[in-house]
Order: sequence, then C-alpha cells, then structure tokens
Amino acid sequence: MSNYAHPEVLVDTAWVASHAKDANVRVVEVDVDTKAYDESHVPGAIAWAWNTQLCDTVVRDIVPKAQFEALLTQSGIGNDTTVVLYGDNNNWFAAWAFWQLKIYGHKDVRIMDGGRKKWLAEIRDLDTAPTDPTPSPTPYKAGEPDLSIRAYLPQVQEAQKAASAVMIDVRSPQEFSGEILAPPGLPETCQRGGHIPGARSVPWGKACNDDGTFKSADELQKLYGAEGVSQSKPVIAYCRIGERSSHTWFVLKYLLGVNNVVNYDGSWTEWGNLVGAPVEKGAAKSVGQG
Amino acid sequence: MKPEHYSERKVEVDGWEVNLTTYQLGAKWHTKADNVSPGAALVRISADTREEAEALALARATKLLSRTKRRV
Repeated sequence: MSNYAHPEVLVDTAWVASHAKDANVRVVEVDVDTKAYDESHVPGAIAWAWNTQLCDTVVRDIVPKAQFEALLTQSGIGNDTTVVLYGDNNNWFAAWAFWQLKIYGHKDVRIMDGGRKKWLAEIRDLDTAPTDPTPSPTPYKAGEPDLSIRAYLPQVQEAQKAASAVMIDVRSPQEFSGEILAPPGLPETCQRGGHIPGARSVPWGKACNDDGTFKSADELQKLYGAEGVSQSKPVIAYCRIGERSSHTWFVLKYLLGVNNVVNYDGSWTEWGNLVGAPVEKGAAKSVGQG
Repeated sequence: MKPEHYSERKVEVDGWEVNLTTYQLGAKWHTKADNVSPGAALVRISADTREEAEALALARATKLLSRTKRRV
C-alpha cells in the first residue's frame, strides 16, 4: 500500500482482525444489500444502512448533519475514533460512507482493502449476532459540510458546456452506451439512456483486483491517465446514484492523490431525467476520438 | 465461526453474466448473485444445502434479469 498517495486510509484484513475490538476503533459494515450484515459480519462490526441511515429519507440528499451526529454518537464513535469501513461489492457503499464522513470532517476514516469478499475468502471469523455498541458518552460533533468534494448539477452542466473538467462515467459499458438504463436486474430509474456528452468510460470495477483489493498505484495511474485524468484539470466522477462514483472518487483522491476530484452524486438518475439535458449515446471512444 | 467451502463462479443467465458466491456458515449455506460488471447484488439466499441456495438464487436472479430491457 506504500505507493499510494495516502496509504493511511487503507487497512488490510489482518489489521482489522487484530484491531476490530480496540476501544478507539469502530468497524462499520456498509453494504449494497443491507441484509448481508445479518447473514454474517466481522466480529465487533456494526452496520449502517445506506438507504435509511446515510441519506436524507425525505429530500434526495446526503445524511443531514444532525442525523449524522446522532448516528455516530449511537454507534459509539467519537471525534477521535478510528472508523474502519468495509462492505460488499468491493466496498461500493463503504466508499459512499467514507465520502460522507469526509464531508462532515471526520479525521480518521479508513477502508478495509478487499472488503467483505476478501474477509470471507480468507476464511476469517464471522459473527451472526448484531453488535450492540455502547453510545459515545460525548455527543459527536460534525464539522460544517465540506462540499468541495461534491458536485451539484449546475457545476456539472457548466463543466460539460465548457469542457472544463474530465468527466468520468464509472457505470458499466452497457449503461454508458445507453443499451440499458440501470444495472441488469435492477429497476430502471431514469428516462433516457446514455452518458453526459464528453464523458470518459472507466467502469469502477477496473480499479479492483479479482480478490476485491485495489490495484496498485501504477496500474491505477495507467488506467485513469489513459482517460485524461491528471492534476491539471478538475475531475468529476458520476454513476447512477453516486455510490459507485464515490468508490472512484476515493481511488482518485486518496490512492492517486488527484487534488481536484469531486463526486457528482446526482449522477445519471439526475442527468438522465432532466428535461433538455444533452445526452450522448454509443460506446466509449478512445481519447482523441472526441 | 468461520466460513467454509467458499466459492465463486460465473454463470450466464438470460444473456447476462452473473457471479455466484456461496459459503457455508454453521448449518446454513449462503449464496449471493451479482451482475458482475456493474457489481450490484441481485439476490442473497440462505438455505440448508449449497444446491438449494444456488438454485434459489439463480431462479430469483433469472426473474430479475428477464425484466432488463436492451435498447440497441
């Protein structure tokens, strides 16, 4: 992990096995499928549900500050706690949680490299009974939201018109081309298929090895560099609802050290439903083909 | 408890590639089906045998995947 820009944000499964029950460490499982934790989990881990606890359940938005503070307090997390996130699908929603923890300024957040998949494949201990954390004695105090790591629609529209940012579409090639409107088997949640004009296609999973761990810095540099990612231009990552793109945002910002990268969590369910928004269809072209 | 008999394999369902992950924990077998390239979990099933868990997962995955429309 030493050749990453910020290796301190990753821990391996062995580290978690040794530290999961440390007093200043809280391991949190965040899954795409919120039933996975009930099936089995890392001993000592708690679970957060992305669709009820890590979002505003009325307005489409990230978790509100007061709700975030209550969640962390109830989870036994203080401002100085080391939070280790992991989950299924190579840490999709663990990255989503990481992004929100950074928005609210939590200092020490890490991701377990390889996530749930690697833990299982290594035949490590599992619990089935839920962990009941003792709430933190001191209420958690979140910082003011750091929205410099989040893109809103007007910013994306402006960047698209001016071609002032590298737009990375991290969905599957079929979603990018417009062949399908959502990942196979999931409900269609947009009116139009395709991608934001000018976007480059780099499916999120290309950043991972078969065992779920992140690829090396050199491999990641080659992958994203070939699509125009560099320090010289802002980068906007998007997907369908913002969770796969938070994974890519994490890779670019913390593993490659790209300074100006944002997650557009409105993503395709916003852009692809917008009246009058320009849409491009068709398979990805190589850089230089437009 | 430790998981046993962990396995992963890819199968094609209704023209889509599906990843089946199965393991045993205690008396139960757990299978997850996901749609590989996007990576989203389609179904998670627990049953008394590997065969039952994988058959149920595949049946449910087939039902879900058959609803996906291709627009060429």
